[in-house]
Amino acid sequence: MDLSTLWFLLIAVLFTGYFVLEGFDFGVGVLLPVLGRDERERRVVINTIGPVWDGNEVWVLTAGGAMFAAFPEWYATLFSGFYLPLLLILAALILRGVAFEYRGKRSDPQWKARWDKAIFAGSLVPALLWGVAFGNIVRGVRLDADHEYAGGFWHLLNPYALLAGLVTLSLFVTHGAVFLALKTTGDIRVRANAIAARAGLVAAVLAVVFLAWTLVGVRGGAAAVVFAVLAAAALLGGLAANRAGREGWAFLGTAAAIALAVATLFSALFPDVLPSTLDSANSLTVDNASSTPYTLKIMTWVAVVFTPIVLLYQGWTYWVFRRRIGVRDIPDA
Amino acid sequence: MDALDLARWQFGVTTVYHFLFVPITIGLSFLVAVMQTVWVRSGDERWLRLTKFYGKLLLINFAMGVVTGIVQEFQFGMNWSDYSRFVGDIFGAPLAIEALLAFFLESTFLGLWIFGWDRLPRRVHLATIWAVSIGTILSAYFILAANSWMQHPVGYHFNPETGRAELTDFGAVLTNKVTLVTFPHTLAGCFLTAGALVLAVALWHLIRRPGTDQTSAFRGAAKLGAWVTVVAAVATLVTGDIQGKIMTDVQPMKMAAAEALYETEQPAAFSIFTIGTLDGSREVYSLKVPDLLSWLATGDFDGEVKGINDIQDQYVAEFGPGSYTPVIPVTYWSFRLMIGFGMLAALAAVWALWTLRRGRAPASRWLLRTALVLPLLPLAANAFGWIFTEMGRQPWIVFSEMLTRDGVSRTVSTGEVVTSLAGFTLLYGLLAVIEVGLLLRFAKAGLPEPPPPTDSGADDTEDRPLSFAY
Ligand code: HDD
Ligand code: HEM
Ligand code: HEM
Repeated sequence: MDLSTLWFLLIAVLFTGYFVLEGFDFGVGVLLPVLGRDERERRVVINTIGPVWDGNEVWVLTAGGAMFAAFPEWYATLFSGFYLPLLLILAALILRGVAFEYRGKRSDPQWKARWDKAIFAGSLVPALLWGVAFGNIVRGVRLDADHEYAGGFWHLLNPYALLAGLVTLSLFVTHGAVFLALKTTGDIRVRANAIAARAGLVAAVLAVVFLAWTLVGVRGGAAAVVFAVLAAAALLGGLAANRAGREGWAFLGTAAAIALAVATLFSALFPDVLPSTLDSANSLTVDNASSTPYTLKIMTWVAVVFTPIVLLYQGWTYWVFRRRIGVRDIPDA
Repeated sequence: MDALDLARWQFGVTTVYHFLFVPITIGLSFLVAVMQTVWVRSGDERWLRLTKFYGKLLLINFAMGVVTGIVQEFQFGMNWSDYSRFVGDIFGAPLAIEALLAFFLESTFLGLWIFGWDRLPRRVHLATIWAVSIGTILSAYFILAANSWMQHPVGYHFNPETGRAELTDFGAVLTNKVTLVTFPHTLAGCFLTAGALVLAVALWHLIRRPGTDQTSAFRGAAKLGAWVTVVAAVATLVTGDIQGKIMTDVQPMKMAAAEALYETEQPAAFSIFTIGTLDGSREVYSLKVPDLLSWLATGDFDGEVKGINDIQDQYVAEFGPGSYTPVIPVTYWSFRLMIGFGMLAALAAVWALWTLRRGRAPASRWLLRTALVLPLLPLAANAFGWIFTEMGRQPWIVFSEMLTRDGVSRTVSTGEVVTSLAGFTLLYGLLAVIEVGLLLRFAKAGLPEPPPPTDSGADDTEDRPLSFAY
C-alpha cells in the first residue's frame, strides 16, 4: 500500500474517532432540554460528558491537520468551497465549548437557561451539518479544471446531502441517548433508554435509505456494500441490546454503526477524495491531492508512535470516570 | 475593500484575539501547577486554596483559548486556500503534529484535572496539571515552527512542476534558527503575562481587603507573580535582542521598518520616538540613542544597518518590480509598544516587590490603580509583538516565496468574507464581555473555603457527591 492510500485510511480513522466520540457528545447536547427536566438533571446530563468532550473534539482538529498535511489540495478546496456551512459549524462549536465551561459559573437561572440553549443549538447544528458536508463529499461537487469549487452555497443543499445530515443527526441522538443510559442512574437512565429506542428507529430507517441511495445511486464498490450491511446490522443489534437493557452492548452497537457508516462512505469515495460532478478528470484523488512521499513518511512515523499513546490516555480517562452518575452525585451549587 | 483585505483583517482580528488567551493559558497553567506542587509537597493549605482560585481563572480563560483556536485551524483552508496548496507539504505537518502531540494532551488532561480532584490519588492528580502545562508548551513550539517557516523558509525546495513548496528536510524546519529564538521569546512573553495576572489579582486583595485569613496566601501569590514577571521580562529582553540580530540577517527589511530607517547608516542610532510625515516617508522629529541600533541589529556598535530604500532597490532587482516595504508607522510603533508595555509591566512588578519587602503590607492607592491595568500591559505587548512580526513580513505571506495577495482563496466571495468577519467580530465581542465579567467576578470573590477535613475511609468515596461538577 502506498503512503497516500495509508493516509486516506488514517484520515478515515480520525473522522471515525471524531464521529464515534463527539457523536455522543452532540447527542447528549441535543437531548439536554428533553432529558434534563430540572437543574439537577441537566447537570447530570452535562456531567456525563464533562471530563471528555474537549478531548473528543481534538479528533476533528487532528483530522483537519492531517488533511492539511497529507492532502493539501483536499483541505484547501474543501474548506474554501464549503465556506458558509463550515462557518456555521465553527460558530456552533465556539458557543457550545464556552457554554459547557461557563453555564455553571453563575447561579442565576436565566444565565444557565441561555447557555443551555447554546449547548442545544451548538450540538444540533454540527451534528446536522457534518452529515451534509460528508454527503456532498461522497456525492461530489462542481470542481473546475483548477480543482476549485465552482458551485454555490445552494448546491450544497441537495436532497441527498440533506438526508445525510438527518442521518448523522438521528444517529448521534441515538448514540447520545444510549450513552446517557449507560452513564446515569435512576430516572434519567430509564427515560434515556426509551428515547434511544424511538430515535434509533428513526435513525435506522433514515440510515438504511441513505446507504441504499449511496450504493445504488451515487457510488459503491464491494467493500462499501459490506460495510453498509454491517453498519445496519450493528445499529439493529445496538437497538436490540438497548431494548434488553444491555447498555454496554447497546453503546458498542451504535458506536460500531457510526464507525461502519464512516467506513462505507470512505470506501465508496476511494480513490477519489473529492469527486467532481462536472468532469471526472477534475476530481481530486488520493494521488493528485497528496503531499510528497517524504512528508507522508514523517507524518506516518509520528502517527504510528503517538496515536497509540493518545488512545491509551484517552482510554484511561474513560476508565477513571467509568462510574455512573445520578442526581445524588451533584453537589449543591 | 476586497476579499483580500477582508481576509487579512479577519486573520489579524481572530489571531490577535486568540493570542489574548494563549499567553494566559501557557503561563498560568504552569504557575497553577507550581502552586499545586507546593501544596502537595508542603501540605500548606494556603497553596491549595490558591491553586483552586487561580485554577478557576485558568479554566475561564482556557475555554476561550480552545474555541478561538479551532477557528484558526480551519481558517487557512477557508480564506487562504492557495496558500494552503502552496505550503501544505511543509506547513501542514507541524500543525497536524501539534494537534496529535499537544492538543490531545492538554484537553484530555485538563478534563482529568477538573473532574479528578476526588477520583485520582493526589500525586497522579498533580501530574495531570503538569501534563496540561507541557501540552501548552509543546503546542507553542509546533505552531511557532510553522510560523517561523513563513518568516524564514528552510528545509524545502520549490517544485516548478507542481508549483508547490516541497519539504526536503523536516529537521531543518524544526530547528529553524528563527524558531529556536521565537519559541523562548514567546514563552517568556507568556510567563510575563501570567505572572502579571497573578500579581495583579493578589495585589488587589492585599490592598482592598487587608488583614483577612486570605492575606498571607495572597502575599505568597503576589511575590510569586512579581518574581515571575521580572524574570520573564529579562528573558524577553535577552531573547528579543538575539531575535533582532537574526531578523536583521533573514529579513533586513523588517529591521529597517522597525526603525523607520530609510537610509543605510553606519553606525546607526536607535530612535526612541519619532514623528514622521503622515505617509511615513520622511521624519520630522526624532529622539535618538547613538549607535544603539547598530548594536541591536549586528552586535557591534559600529555595524552597518541597511536602510529601507537600499533594501527596496535590492529586492526589486531580485524579485521584480513592486513594493517590498511594509507599512512603516505600523511596524515602527508596534515594535516600540511591544517593548514599552512589557517593560512597564516589569516596572510595576518591581514596585510591588518593593512594597512587599520584609513583611510590609502594600497600601498605596496608586499601586492599586496600577494593579487594575497591570494584566492588560503584557497582553498588549504580546499583541503588538505579533502585529510587528506579521505586518513587518508584508507583502510576503511566505518570505521571499509567496506574496500575501497570492495566498488568498480565489473562490471565496467578498460577501462570504464579510459575513464571516462580521460574524466572528460580533461573536468574539460578545464573548469577550462575558468572559471579562466572569474573570472579574471570580477574581474578586477571593479564595475558596479551605476544604473540610476528609475522613480518609476510602470505601465511602463511591457514595460521596462529586467534589467538582459543572
Ligand atoms: C505560542 C502559542 C500559540 C500560537 C502562536 C497559536 N496558538 Fe493556538 N493554542 C495555543 C497556543 C498557540 C495553546 C496554549 O495551546 C491553546 C491556547 C489556549 C488553549 O486552550 O490552548 C491553543 C488552542 C488552540 C486550538 C484548540 C486546541 C484544543 O482544543 O485544545 C487550536 C485548534 C489552535 N490553538 C490552533 C492554532 C492555530 C492554527 C494558530 C496559528 C494561527 C494558533 N493556534 C496560534
Ligand atoms: C503562529 C501562528 C500565527 C500567529 C500568531 C500570527 C499572528 C498574526 C497577527 C498578530 C497578525 C495581525 C497583523 C495585523 O494586525 O494585520 C497576523 C496577520 C496575518 N497573518 Fe499571521 N500569524 C500566524 C500564522 C499565520 C499563518 C500560518 C498565515 C498564513 C495563512 C498567516 C497569515 C496572516 C495574514 C494574511 C495576515 C494579515 C496580514 C495583514 O493584515 O497585513 N499568519 N498574523
Ligand atoms: C526589550 C525587549 C524586547 C525586544 C528587543 C523584542 C524583540 C522582538 C523582535 C525583534 C521580534 C520580531 C521577531 C521577528 O519577526 O523575527 C519580536 C516579536 C515578538 N515579541 Fe518581542 N521584544 C521585546 C519584548 C517583548 C515583550 C515584553 C513581549 C510580551 C510580553 C514580547 C512579545 C513578542 C511577541 C509575542 C512577538 C511575536 C512572536 C515572535 O516573533 O517571537 N516582546 N520581539
